[in-house]
Amino acid sequence: MIYKLPAAAIAAAMVIAGPAYGVDAPNDAQIAHIAYTAGSIDVAAAKQALAKSHNAAVREFASEMVRDHEAVNMKALELVKALKVTPQDNPTSQALSEAAGETMSKLAALDGAAFDKAYVDNEVSYHKTVNAALQSALIPSAHNAQLKSLLETGLTLFREHQMHAEHLASDLD
Amino acid sequence: MRRLCPPFAAAAWALLSIACPAAAAPHEYRVVVDKMKFGALPADLHKGDVIVWDNRDMFRHSATAKGKFDVDLPAGKAVRMRITSIGSFPFVCKYHPGMKGVLKVSK
Repeated sequence: MIYKLPAAAIAAAMVIAGPAYGVDAPNDAQIAHIAYTAGSIDVAAAKQALAKSHNAAVREFASEMVRDHEAVNMKALELVKALKVTPQDNPTSQALSEAAGETMSKLAALDGAAFDKAYVDNEVSYHKTVNAALQSALIPSAHNAQLKSLLETGLTLFREHQMHAEHLASDLD
Repeated sequence: MRRLCPPFAAAAWALLSIACPAAAAPHEYRVVVDKMKFGALPADLHKGDVIVWDNRDMFRHSATAKGKFDVDLPAGKAVRMRITSIGSFPFVCKYHPGMKGVLKVSK
């Protein structure tokens, strides 16, 4: 089973960012908040996997998600502090958090191979949608060069995560 | 054995030094790892040279050539690796396999 809840939230990010809709693009403070929230969600999902899964490959993947996403978020915090920008909560961040809460509740009810499969499938779809949002909405809208650069490095990293999750998902099939 | 006069001996030594680059002291090369990429790799590597993998990224990486070398690169750290074999060594970061390169080592 694949939970596609984050896709709706990411679609909301696109709406915020999409000039085609006649809506203002997100500002840097909102982008920083969205990116940080998206990273925190994946760390929380990985910690849930580390608490529940006994599959060595799944645990290794989850450890990588914790390590990499925490590193990006720490860098993001340093950057907003240096830029004197206060990350600004926004409907996209709220939708992401709400969707992630629902996904975690559903995953909490699963165990063993069923949990592993659902977690990894969700990681595939989550990274796919976050990457699409980064590429088409968040990176083009970022004004500060350092923020843009951090998001670009993040996108390269998250594409690696997506590939890793896809390989893992095919192994679990 | 006939002894060479000093100026001739010096000239012969200079010629030998030029003709035998393998006898030169090992070189140390710095490879910067940043923004999910391995930087420029040295083109003229020889056995005995040293590579300093300088991980300036915020992530843990590795330089891994399966069965040949596996160097852990903690975030923000530089790690030395002496080259002990001759050949062509494709390597990746084992955590992010899209990061890759090839070390070409001659004797």
